[in-house]
Amino acid sequence: MSLGIELTFFAVILLLAGGIYTLLVSKNLVRTLIAIEVMMKGVTLMLVLAGYFTHQLVKIQAVIISMIVVEVVVITVAAGIVISIYRNNGSLSSKSTETDEEG
Amino acid sequence: MDFKTIFSWEAMIPIILLVSLIAAMLCTLLFKNLVKSAISLSALSAVLSIIMFLMGQTLAAVFELSVCAGLVTVLFISTVSMTRDRDEEEIAAITKARRKKYYALPVVLLVITILLFIVWPTVNNNFLIAGDTDTTKSVGDILWYDREIDIVGQIIIILAGAFGVVLLFKERETK
Repeated sequence: MSLGIELTFFAVILLLAGGIYTLLVSKNLVRTLIAIEVMMKGVTLMLVLAGYFTHQLVKIQAVIISMIVVEVVVITVAAGIVISIYRNNGSLSSKSTETDEEG
Repeated sequence: MDFKTIFSWEAMIPIILLVSLIAAMLCTLLFKNLVKSAISLSALSAVLSIIMFLMGQTLAAVFELSVCAGLVTVLFISTVSMTRDRDEEEIAAITKARRKKYYALPVVLLVITILLFIVWPTVNNNFLIAGDTDTTKSVGDILWYDREIDIVGQIIIILAGAFGVVLLFKERETK
């Protein structure tokens, strides 16, 4: 069974577009992390598509597994940073990280 | 092509999966409640793992389902629970402004879809060149024997993740 290349490619672009839009619009740091995660899903789907249509199922699985590991670590470290920002500023807004000092 | 062939289950399953993928994405990005967003994200991962499984990438599908739908959701929910909820008045004030911001998202996605439908016939599909299929190696062989310096990088990244977890749960220990 195969998913059409056009439909899957549309889904990839919509996932990336939705993630980028939320990154630009949202000020909540946790929502920003969720948007990054959605974009990563789009990239994973693109890799799945590439592996399927180039018949490189084994190699692409190794790449996807490595990517999932890196993805989890990125989210863990970023979540730690968000919590430390919340403890220091008392807010999850990205505006709370802005300073009035120059430089 | 008759009606039964077009609307058969085999033809409809990919469309159902991709539509549910986009629906899960919209729920993830549009839900006001962050816990609901995190749960929708795990649903997105689950649908993605079904797609992986149907495309023959079973091991990656298992990783996606267990790590992304499980571990990442737990991380998000614990992050949300460690941060304070807003007051009701504050929520009411934010909700109105938020609605305005996110009204544009479905419109933007619709415009992109229409543009893609217009542009797609002119896109050259030749970039999809099938390479030699290497059936002698397993995923484990490629993961552990074919890689060299990048495995060191991955170990460093995993260590960084371990320190991130320590940072995440630091306050609970001190309390």
